[in-house]
Amino acid sequence: MTLPGMPWPLPWPFDRSYMQLALVAGLAVGASAPLIGTFLVQKRMSLMGDGIGHVAVAGIGAGLLFGTAPIWTALVVATIAALAIERLRANGTTSGDLALAMMFYGGIAAGVVMASRATGNTNLTPYLFGSIITTDATDALVVVGLGALVVACITFTHRALLAVVLDEASARVSGIPVGMLNAMLAALTAVTVVAAMRVVGVLLVAALMVLPVASSRVLARSFHATMIGAVLVGIASVVVGLTVARAWDLAPGGTIVLVTLAIFGLAAVRRGLRAGPDPVGSLLDGPH
Amino acid sequence: MTTVLAATGVSFRYDQDIVLDDVSLSLDKGEFVALVGPNGSGKSTLLRIVLGLTEPATGSVELFGSSPRQLVDRWRVGYVPQHLRLAPDLPATVREVVAAGRLARRGWWRRPRADDRAAVDHAIESVALAEYGDRRATELSGGQLQRALIAKALACEPELLVLDEPIAGVDARAQRDFRDSLVHLVREHGAAVLLVSHELGAVADDLDRVIVLKRRVLFDGTPSALTETGVSLGIHADDLPLWLEELQ
Repeated sequence: MTLPGMPWPLPWPFDRSYMQLALVAGLAVGASAPLIGTFLVQKRMSLMGDGIGHVAVAGIGAGLLFGTAPIWTALVVATIAALAIERLRANGTTSGDLALAMMFYGGIAAGVVMASRATGNTNLTPYLFGSIITTDATDALVVVGLGALVVACITFTHRALLAVVLDEASARVSGIPVGMLNAMLAALTAVTVVAAMRVVGVLLVAALMVLPVASSRVLARSFHATMIGAVLVGIASVVVGLTVARAWDLAPGGTIVLVTLAIFGLAAVRRGLRAGPDPVGSLLDGPH
Repeated sequence: MTTVLAATGVSFRYDQDIVLDDVSLSLDKGEFVALVGPNGSGKSTLLRIVLGLTEPATGSVELFGSSPRQLVDRWRVGYVPQHLRLAPDLPATVREVVAAGRLARRGWWRRPRADDRAAVDHAIESVALAEYGDRRATELSGGQLQRALIAKALACEPELLVLDEPIAGVDARAQRDFRDSLVHLVREHGAAVLLVSHELGAVADDLDRVIVLKRRVLFDGTPSALTETGVSLGIHADDLPLWLEELQ
């Protein structure tokens, strides 16, 4: 099944319907994942997408086991897990780290076990590493819908989210609903993970959230410009990644992530030329 | 005078340790008051209670006649936190940081309008950082960043500004700039200022009242009344522990 009018008159490599569906889904994820990532990176939660991706495998396994669309079961499980992770973070309990580990590995183990008991399709690989080339119109529309939800929420809340990133106590005094915004960010992270699982897979989704931000903030002079730049890097990574993957018959998900890494490398070199020694070290610095 | 802040009989304890014991204080419009006391005297806890971030065990607090958590017009209170250290790689500009303080006035979900941008620019100018507006906040010195955070609190044009240890570790010149910013706020806007500190630094001469806290209020009066008790109101940080001990 394709979208109306396909194949659209686009040049190679997007001249075929399956590549156009891949492009639609890829652009939705390429734009939305870095938007979420901008805030996760600043909150020192870069690997949250990775963790939620692990838990989402349980949802995929449940979908395969019960014969429902895995994208919806994954969405439910990932959202519940994201809210639980946010609650642990907000409480700041010392047991939170261990609880996260149990959740992550329990999720992926449960997913594998449930998939092994499924009677029909038991193949988890497309969800773990992506299968953007096999995206059909329904998948593409769902991914676009989820991506649009993320973009709309961030568009309305990004100023308040920046205030929360700067200082939660001040934000609370200002009457900003810090708890609600943090929960929303966690839930949107889950939505992004699920939207991206057909594009790059749940095991690589965090790369599309984090690496475009790492590249963008090297060159951008403001938080707003960093967000826009990250989205552009995400979109460029999808377009170039799909092009390279088709040209050399490579796995598209992994290729997209490698292109994102290459862009980060170029940004680091450019910064190094401008700023002197240890550009990558300064880019990857944690809190001092 | 209009009372902007009133705390009555506030007590608080962590486990068995009494942190605050029957603390009462008030602040009127246009007053510049310092809440001082040694480390561990309960200043920060009292501040969190006053701002509605922590509930007292007993007693009550009113901000503009409402309990802190029920105050609708949150913009009326500006808050400068203690030791806010921005992540070294935060890409936000000074203007973006200050604009975050304007959200309480405009509504956090609304797009900024021309008057919001003008208020942000004015707040930046009032702390003498106009030429730094488009710089990354992480490129500022410690004193400049402190002033930027004051500008962030001023951006919502508050009627009460609460500052938690704003001059700790800030050099003498930055303290003078900081003092000028606060005096400007009190004189030009008629706002009340509650400065929480274990040192008074450069603002000692400009205060209307000093409240000395050590679990309970030991002194609440004018700086001159404090000095009349035989206690020297030290300008420098090192003097304060002396007069605090003398007050016992």
